[in-house]
Amino acid sequence: MNASLSRAAAALLRWGRGAGGGGGLPGVGVRAASSGGQAEQLDALVKKDKVVVFLKGTPEQPQCGFSNAVVQILRLHGVRDYAAYNVLDDPELRQGIKDYSNWPTIPQVYLNGEFVGGCDILLQMHQNGDLVEELKKLGIRSALIDEKNQDSK
Amino acid sequence: MLRAQLARCMVSMATRACVSQDGAGSAAGGPVEAAIRAKLEQALSPEVLELRNESGGHAVPAGSETHFRVAVVSSRFEGMSPLQRHRLVHAALSEELAGPVHALAIQAKTPAQWRENPQLDTSPPCLGGSKKTRGTS
Repeated sequence: MNASLSRAAAALLRWGRGAGGGGGLPGVGVRAASSGGQAEQLDALVKKDKVVVFLKGTPEQPQCGFSNAVVQILRLHGVRDYAAYNVLDDPELRQGIKDYSNWPTIPQVYLNGEFVGGCDILLQMHQNGDLVEELKKLGIRSALIDEKNQDSK
Repeated sequence: MLRAQLARCMVSMATRACVSQDGAGSAAGGPVEAAIRAKLEQALSPEVLELRNESGGHAVPAGSETHFRVAVVSSRFEGMSPLQRHRLVHAALSEELAGPVHALAIQAKTPAQWRENPQLDTSPPCLGGSKKTRGTS
């Protein structure tokens, strides 16, 4: 029986929600898999939250420099409420998300259910202002807008 | 201001030599590096191709060819989104990525974009990967 997505649920961290990190485990809504349903479940997973990232490690303790870069960029923009899945906790998730996204590496970033890219693309979006715009479309106001306004006063 | 410091850190992270990258450990370039070069040349006819084996900065044995950074400059990228460009690079290197290559940092630019900033960035420092056990600092 494929319990990988249940394990993925257990690896979910809702950053910034409640005390410390790591709250929000129950009610994730990820069904236990029947065979062949992994793509469906990952589809549900990436659409469940506006910002979804697949990392090596956690936002509190990233275990990869590239995954850490994603965490730091989101932090810079003040994005607190995002779903983070630790692929190191679950080998089936680690391979499954690569198959689902058709992307060979981790980290992976989804915005509004749509695959955006990895660390390089997110960094590019951060540097050229696209990330602020994409977050705005999701109703998330980047913290860097306020900082920019502050600096120009 | 913490945010300003973080912003500076983020920008510098992409450019500073935070990991020793002199390539001394693989001066000649190994077979994987050669394959990457050949396949990208063939697939994209790049104007510029800069490839660096960054394995030395990660938790892998000396002489490994597992972590690379590549800058590919090609007019084929005109009109393509970053995602499309990266997928093209992945497609050219599907065998390597399914095999020995564990990490591939990509800079995919048009010739005009490359001229604005013609440098191969450096990658953020390794944080241990799956070899790092929980609870250690």
